[in-house]
Amino acid sequence: MGQTIIEKIISKHAGKPVIKNEIAIVSVDGVMASDTTAPLAIKAFREMGGKKVWDSDKAFLVIDHASPAPNERIANLHSMMRDFANEQGIKLYDVGEGICHQLMVENGHVKPGQLFLGADSHTCTYGALGAFATGVGSTDLAGTMLTGKTWLKVPATIKIIFEGRFPQGTSAKDLILHVVGMVGIEGATYKAVEFTGPALEDLSLSSRMTIANMTIEMGGKAGFVDTTGLELPYSFEDIKPDADAVYEKVITVDVSALQPTVAVPHSPDNVAPIQDVVGTPIHQAFIGSCTNGRLEDLHAAAEILKGKKIHEQVRFIIGPASQEVFNEALSDGTVEILSKAGVKFIPSGCGPCVGTHQGIPGKGENVISATNRNFQGRMGNRDSQIYLGSPATVALSALHGKITDPSTLHKEEILI
Amino acid sequence: MIVKGRTHLYGDNIDTDRIIPGKYTKTLDMSDLANHVLEDLDPEFRTKVKQGDILVAGDNFGCGSSREQAPLALQAAGISAVVAQSFARIFFRNAINIGLPVIEAPDHTIADGDDIEIDFSEGNITNASRQEQYQGTQMPDVMINILAADGLVNFLKENGKYELS
Repeated sequence: MGQTIIEKIISKHAGKPVIKNEIAIVSVDGVMASDTTAPLAIKAFREMGGKKVWDSDKAFLVIDHASPAPNERIANLHSMMRDFANEQGIKLYDVGEGICHQLMVENGHVKPGQLFLGADSHTCTYGALGAFATGVGSTDLAGTMLTGKTWLKVPATIKIIFEGRFPQGTSAKDLILHVVGMVGIEGATYKAVEFTGPALEDLSLSSRMTIANMTIEMGGKAGFVDTTGLELPYSFEDIKPDADAVYEKVITVDVSALQPTVAVPHSPDNVAPIQDVVGTPIHQAFIGSCTNGRLEDLHAAAEILKGKKIHEQVRFIIGPASQEVFNEALSDGTVEILSKAGVKFIPSGCGPCVGTHQGIPGKGENVISATNRNFQGRMGNRDSQIYLGSPATVALSALHGKITDPSTLHKEEILI
Repeated sequence: MIVKGRTHLYGDNIDTDRIIPGKYTKTLDMSDLANHVLEDLDPEFRTKVKQGDILVAGDNFGCGSSREQAPLALQAAGISAVVAQSFARIFFRNAINIGLPVIEAPDHTIADGDDIEIDFSEGNITNASRQEQYQGTQMPDVMINILAADGLVNFLKENGKYELS
């Protein structure tokens, strides 16, 4: 019987051929934990009797979820992470260097064909470059830091084929929101999702990351984007499924029919075409996170806001995905355009998306956000409403003070 | 292993942000977690829950974040087991890893306040309040062994490596 890509990658790491639903012990190529999960992982590692991480070149710590430290308690947890990294000789990315997933990809810590574990649910992002990567909890991560291995059940794969081309005003974010709405919040639980098809071939690595990132919003164990057309600064093996690979389900999506799409409160699968919510007043706008904080996302906002001012009732916050992204946006003039339009930049990190700090909305407020989750209370206030959309939707909505359809942008400009 | 207790019933798709909001997760003090468990879903939960109570839910319990603080917060608040019609993958694994017994029972019709008994060895649930019984889904051996060791820390401390059976 043929194998899916995911079965191939797991087989390589299990040292024997495996297919879906088999349980295997696998070797792990890399692990990562953030300041939400690393302190518990370090504690568990020590309690397991751990003295030395199995391979100091393969473990990474990132201070991003509450960074810079908003209070004394968290500052002390950050210190604990720095002490552990020093003791173990492992790489730690400190305050403002970037969001964990961006840093793992940007710095080449994860590569195509690898098996990577992160103590963060959005670790599935690395499927964008053809790795099998999945989120685990702190104790699982500690187990891998100790042994270099983990156990897993080989997931069945749902294949999603994207035909056609992206219409004007739509992006990878609209596409993945559409798919999450179609598959549902638990539609891919325990499954891997393989994204393929001609519509993806021209997509940048950043857009591919946006797609793979939200696989977890369908409950998926891992997302995998077909590497056809992917450009990386090194050569890599383009792993393809066998012709007779067995899939759980195959879904075809006509991207040409895609509209700007939003997720409305309080679940990322609660999606609607943007027309359904056009005109909803907005109090805060946010672009950032592991989903949409990259240079192309900032460019999409700058294109809309160049020479303009955001609506006076809107607070527009941007947290670039990494300092590298910020530096590039600084060099090419994007930061200046956005700042002059009224955008406030915060250090790279997860704060507003996960509700730790730097952008908690007020009671009764509506937020338009280019992030990944809009669960009740996600941004730190249960009495606020979060709408998820693309960077273009966020920027245009911030400009008008209400949810606005970016596919009408061209027409609007002519009218003005 | 048998767990008996009174139930607290919640619905489908209870995400980890509602189990323990992200703003409270950065701590190693489990009482910090217990103080805020489920507060956005049910502000009364913290005062209602008693040591040994059992949390019961519908589909996809624990979806969202990989934060292990979610099962830890429930455990620290006194919850002795979780029953759901289905679980999100990472939550299920985290719960077993910290030694919080969880069982998937797709057909359960448990109501709030029922007295139930879960037999984890047999994988079934007896509802004393309604004279009903529900079959749970069998866990793989590797998870049964981790749970029997009271979590992954003890399992690896004793065995030093992963074993499938």
